[in-house]
Amino acid sequence: MEIIDIIEKKEPKEKATTVKNITEPVSISGSQAVLEAFIAEGVETIFGYPGGAIMPIYDALYDYHDKLKHILVRHEQGGIHAGQGYARASGKTGVVFATSGPGATNLVTGLADAMIDSTPLVCITGQVYAHLLGTDAFQEVDVINITTPVTKWNYQVTDATEIPSVLAKAFYIAGTGRPGPVLIDITKNAQLQKFDYEGYIKCTHIRSYRPKPIVRKKYVEEAAKLINEAKKPFVIFGQGVILGKAEKEFKAFIEKGGLPAAWTLLGLSALPTDHPQNVGMLGMHGNYGPNVLTNECDVLIAVGMRFDDRVTGRLDKYAKQAKVIHLDIDPAEIDKNVKSTVPVWGDCKETLPLLTQLIEAKQHTEWMAKFKEFTQKEIEVVIKNELNPTGDELTMGEVIKLLNELTNGDAIIVTDVGQHQMVACRYAKFNETKSNITSGGAGTMGFALPAAIGAKFGAPNRAVIAIIGDGGVQMTIQELGTIMQTGTDVKILILNNQFLGMVRQWQQLFHDKRYSFVDIESPDYVQVAKGYRIEGQRVDERANLKAALKTMVDHNGAYLLEVMVGKENNVFPMVPQGCSVAEIRLS
Amino acid sequence: MKQEFTITVYTENQIGLLNRIAIIFSRRKINIDSMNTSPSEIEGIHRFTIVIDETEEVVRKVCRQIEKQVEVLKAYFNTNDEVVWQEMALYKVSTDEIVEKVKVERLLRECGARAIAIRKDFTVFETTGHREETNKLIKALEPFGLIEFVRSARIAIIKESHGFHEKLKEFEQKEPSEDVIENEFLNQQEEVFSM
Repeated sequence: MEIIDIIEKKEPKEKATTVKNITEPVSISGSQAVLEAFIAEGVETIFGYPGGAIMPIYDALYDYHDKLKHILVRHEQGGIHAGQGYARASGKTGVVFATSGPGATNLVTGLADAMIDSTPLVCITGQVYAHLLGTDAFQEVDVINITTPVTKWNYQVTDATEIPSVLAKAFYIAGTGRPGPVLIDITKNAQLQKFDYEGYIKCTHIRSYRPKPIVRKKYVEEAAKLINEAKKPFVIFGQGVILGKAEKEFKAFIEKGGLPAAWTLLGLSALPTDHPQNVGMLGMHGNYGPNVLTNECDVLIAVGMRFDDRVTGRLDKYAKQAKVIHLDIDPAEIDKNVKSTVPVWGDCKETLPLLTQLIEAKQHTEWMAKFKEFTQKEIEVVIKNELNPTGDELTMGEVIKLLNELTNGDAIIVTDVGQHQMVACRYAKFNETKSNITSGGAGTMGFALPAAIGAKFGAPNRAVIAIIGDGGVQMTIQELGTIMQTGTDVKILILNNQFLGMVRQWQQLFHDKRYSFVDIESPDYVQVAKGYRIEGQRVDERANLKAALKTMVDHNGAYLLEVMVGKENNVFPMVPQGCSVAEIRLS
Repeated sequence: MKQEFTITVYTENQIGLLNRIAIIFSRRKINIDSMNTSPSEIEGIHRFTIVIDETEEVVRKVCRQIEKQVEVLKAYFNTNDEVVWQEMALYKVSTDEIVEKVKVERLLRECGARAIAIRKDFTVFETTGHREETNKLIKALEPFGLIEFVRSARIAIIKESHGFHEKLKEFEQKEPSEDVIENEFLNQQEEVFSM
């Protein structure tokens, strides 16, 4: 009864560890306590922007510059996206500073993005003096209430003595269970206040908070039984595999069961793209086979994903024939959109090995071949023309194909939102996990450039390439200043189709080609980059493309490459909104 | 099928939690019929009683979202059959009317109303019961000039519940969470230097 043992084995009760052995309390300020907490939590990099209400913390930071690296961004939104990129590339918690009022409200988009994409962040915002709260003071904004729906937890500190325990809670909540952003708003008086500091104690338990549900043996057994009886089992996986650090466990699971596996946008790179059982991408612009066969499989095994509407298409026609097994750490996700036959609550790092143990080793050769048939069809109708176009215009797909050849799939690719994002995610090769960083649930344009900066700090030994459209890059282009000042080695690949391409595609397909405000002009990006002392070039001919990409990849330091691609190319396949996944269009 | 559900939420005492719970409903455009917060059977743990008119599926999903909040210990939902519940209502009527008309006095007695304040000019009655019972008295009093009426939120006890003590032991490995620090500076503005 090994299973019982594993299930009942409680987590070792960690003794609260005093990070700093302080025998006598020392008098420090609230600001110092914040920074001491960071050091105790292993924080190395902070992304931030100073201002009036956070000045005491920045003043304290002056003395900590040898222990904590601070990256001065150009806009708080850039700061938080950088924090997200850092977290997604490193698997650690991103840390962001902003001042009160507008500084704090500029974080909101990033918080919403991190919330829906389950990214662990601790954001510290300054706040006016406690006695000024509610008086409409200068740069006073009710940040706690503004951010409540977009944070996993938030808290306002008005007394410095609270800081060590509140920050310990913040890091614990942000990083455990289903991760998410936490915001701590600290009033200026609390930052300045001196108090008797007795050391930092990491948080390991909050009585009202359960990071993960208890694994129920019964469900694991039921799930294994369904998988063993299945003729056409199909695994769909999301970011839960990456966040749970369960890539190995996941691979072992699908390999033993001979299970075809398809990924959601955020699940990409959890399994190498060339793994023989990796059958491609799900959803609106996913691959042909995974979408159509979702409605033909007999057992659908969802691992760490949340059945987003971009994945399911029309819900009442989604996998109705299948028995659904849903593995998720967040109980609120179970049965939220798709009713599960067997809910396997828990951390997939724990549940996947239990399942693997109980399933029979199998090969579903015929079933796998079916995916290949669909792939073949997709290659003929879509992929061939996208990757090896015969016309004069460059396609986004061929750029990605050449990039794959140059990076061998080892780079971190950060994408923005729109056509280029779909094309990059469809065709980019990945060997390693945490290599695909994109704004999924929120679809935040302007995400990629700052997130790429963060990703480079999170994974300094890896190449980071930001692929951005001409719309998105203009939303956060100011972060070129951050790259200039920090000398961050980020490659910026702009795929310029001179349109807000995805919206244009929809207007073409669903609004009779009434192109309403999608015609967007661009500055001379190479000149802009030059202004920021970043080298770059622009390419509009196929003959120069490979050499230009090579120059970019090989360049020592940041580099901007603008590639002019076809103006009115569409991303296919496509599941039109309101249609079933089986109604996916190839053209 | 939509019906009345009583949601009972056990929580820590934390500023802002009311908002966190309320926006779970407003985000989904669900109207809260009544909401009451009070202490629970356990010291330091608060109890929300929320009434909404929704389908069971929606209520279940909403409860999971509520439970997901860090400071929420547990959320239960029950149909009206599964709870014992009461609402309190207050009615203000003119004292003259009551003195003059014996009918009114009899009516109030029949409805189990209790006079809780009698002044020269007005009298306040109180009844406790289900919605239909408190509503009945409004109708009855209307012809005699009901000056003011107010009804409390529902409070409810779950019939099947054995209390939250046992459940809490599961949650509690350590000492209870710390008390909330409220803003003590608000009334001492003059003494505090600000920039």
